[in-house]
Amino acid sequence: MRQSKWFLLLAVAIMSMALLVSGCGGTKEQAVQGGTSGDKVVKIGLMTPLQGDVKTYGESVQKGFELALEEANYKAGDYTIEKVVGDDRNDATEATNVATKLIDQDQVAAIVGSVTSKCTIPASSIAQARGVVMISPTGTAAKITMDPKRKDYIFRACFIDPFQGTVAAKFAVNDLKAKTAAIMFDQGNDYTVGLSQAFKAEFENSGGKVIAEEAYAQQDVDFSAVLTKIAKQDPDILYLPDYYQKVSLIGKQALDKGITAKFLGGDGWDSSELDFATMDGGYFTAHYSSDDPRPEVANWVTKYKEKYNTEPDSFATLAYDATKLLLKAIEDANSNDPAKIKDALQAIKDFPVVSGKITFDADGNPVKSATILQVQKDGSYKFVTNVQP
Amino acid sequence: MEFFLEQVINGLQLGLVYALIALGYTMVYGIVKLINFAHGDVFMVGAFLGYFGFTYWGLPWPVAIIMSMVFCAILGVVIERIAYRPLRYAPRMIALISAIGVSFFLEYFCSLRFVFGANYRVVQRPLSEVSWQIGGITITNIQVLILVAVVAMLIFLQWIVHRTKMGAAMRTVSFDHDAARLMGVNVDRTISFTFALGSAMAAMGGVLYAIAYPQIQPFMGIMPGLKAFTAAVLGGIGLIPGAVLGALIMGQVETMTAAFISSQLRDAIAFGILIVVLLFRPTGILGRTETEKV
Repeated sequence: MRQSKWFLLLAVAIMSMALLVSGCGGTKEQAVQGGTSGDKVVKIGLMTPLQGDVKTYGESVQKGFELALEEANYKAGDYTIEKVVGDDRNDATEATNVATKLIDQDQVAAIVGSVTSKCTIPASSIAQARGVVMISPTGTAAKITMDPKRKDYIFRACFIDPFQGTVAAKFAVNDLKAKTAAIMFDQGNDYTVGLSQAFKAEFENSGGKVIAEEAYAQQDVDFSAVLTKIAKQDPDILYLPDYYQKVSLIGKQALDKGITAKFLGGDGWDSSELDFATMDGGYFTAHYSSDDPRPEVANWVTKYKEKYNTEPDSFATLAYDATKLLLKAIEDANSNDPAKIKDALQAIKDFPVVSGKITFDADGNPVKSATILQVQKDGSYKFVTNVQP
Repeated sequence: MEFFLEQVINGLQLGLVYALIALGYTMVYGIVKLINFAHGDVFMVGAFLGYFGFTYWGLPWPVAIIMSMVFCAILGVVIERIAYRPLRYAPRMIALISAIGVSFFLEYFCSLRFVFGANYRVVQRPLSEVSWQIGGITITNIQVLILVAVVAMLIFLQWIVHRTKMGAAMRTVSFDHDAARLMGVNVDRTISFTFALGSAMAAMGGVLYAIAYPQIQPFMGIMPGLKAFTAAVLGGIGLIPGAVLGALIMGQVETMTAAFISSQLRDAIAFGILIVVLLFRPTGILGRTETEKV
């Protein structure tokens, strides 16, 4: 008797845990219906990491996505937009689960997401196979839209890895007058591998010398051996194309080892949780700067500040751009058929968004310039220059 | 030469932290023959508590370390009471699965938003960084702190095990539970004490780790836990000097591989050496078939 009571208690406890967990897993929200729209509805999924090592990216992306929808009043053409949000925790396995859920269970016509390349690559294969349009705001790996053939349902709103690495190398050679560089990259992450390869190729092409190329794994926290080695070689540049949390940790240990090289990195640095005191004076390639004088930029910065009371970062901006591009395509196609939306997206020409005037090339990548920003101790970024592709 | 010595010091720093975790594994194994997979997660809880202590609760860092050790000692005892004691006479595999369960529970429970949250946190070091140049080698105060802490803990442990009544009880229990009970040893209390001691050391390791590599998150215990476990096996599981020796070797191998061979091969070589050593010495470097265990 006693034992069965315990069992009951245990079962109830487990069930309530399960409820709790599933409650955290994915939040499903529906837009307020316009009333007159009838059954002309198009569902858009947002796939983004709201927990885990890059959750600030995910939160910014969600803000940009929602602002774009609100601005359009949840309308595109004759269609009312419904949104579904899924959290992939920056985990490639979870990303495939979320993509499958959005497509099969929620039956979305298009997905905005995901944020990192490692989640977007597997998710994009699923979207392509099921014929659902996907536009990644910030997935920079070349493989997202091509693997190895063009995945014609997949687009992105940002430039790609090789481009970012190339731009960083050009900047290092031309503006920083660097002769030597050391590179550290995460060997299990397509994003950092892609950036470092492109950086190396361009840097050596321009007459520089890469004196160290060191790999690490995602769980590594001790870089002392490699950094001691790099400190001895004393390069002009330490290229760290990883996400903010890893970069902060490596930067701190690099300073501990007395490394004086200038830190240089990619758009992964763009986070309010970067260790600004450590990375002070470092440069990185970014998608836009809020100091840019174009009217789209000023309008976006004002609106974002009004709603969220903080400066938008690249992630919010690109999510906003990606969502606007998608809305434009739905409006042009005036349909909720993914096949028509993807054709409309590919046909977009010189559409002005915050990060530039967008036209897609044949591979689904936008053609635009990159911005170099410098990290400031007080937690802000200084606009340095624009680099043309 | 200086470059080599500096790498030795890097390896020593890593090895000493592994040693603190490995000691907990090895003591528990020595006494209950259980591989406590939750140990790495107690390490994580220790790191978080220390971080909260000196960042949010305004404690001086030595007090934060002690607070974290006390709490983790209690946590260790609770884990043993709930998850291991009821299974003490069940087949060994069952207790092992229970240990893995506790490990996952701690990781995911601590990831919940109202506990620690799944985010990475940057640890602001509670003591300012000082470094000394000795004959071209750079030594930091953090490295010295870790060295002093580990040596102090080792001496304390040796004293407990070999000079106290509880230590004698621990040694007795490690030979034979039933015989120990017949001799009037309180077996349950001795095992609880072992868990408390091991967990407190893991907590200390956790706080020192968070100070040395200033970033923490709920899954931070997995890799160091695995490596410390490997170190304990390498040195001869169940043996206190073996755990320290194994940990120091692991630290050096990892650092030297990254420094002189290739950073990509670091873990492959570290674990490869484990396999080779175990092929030739299945009981570990210091292990003998008959030996005093704790």
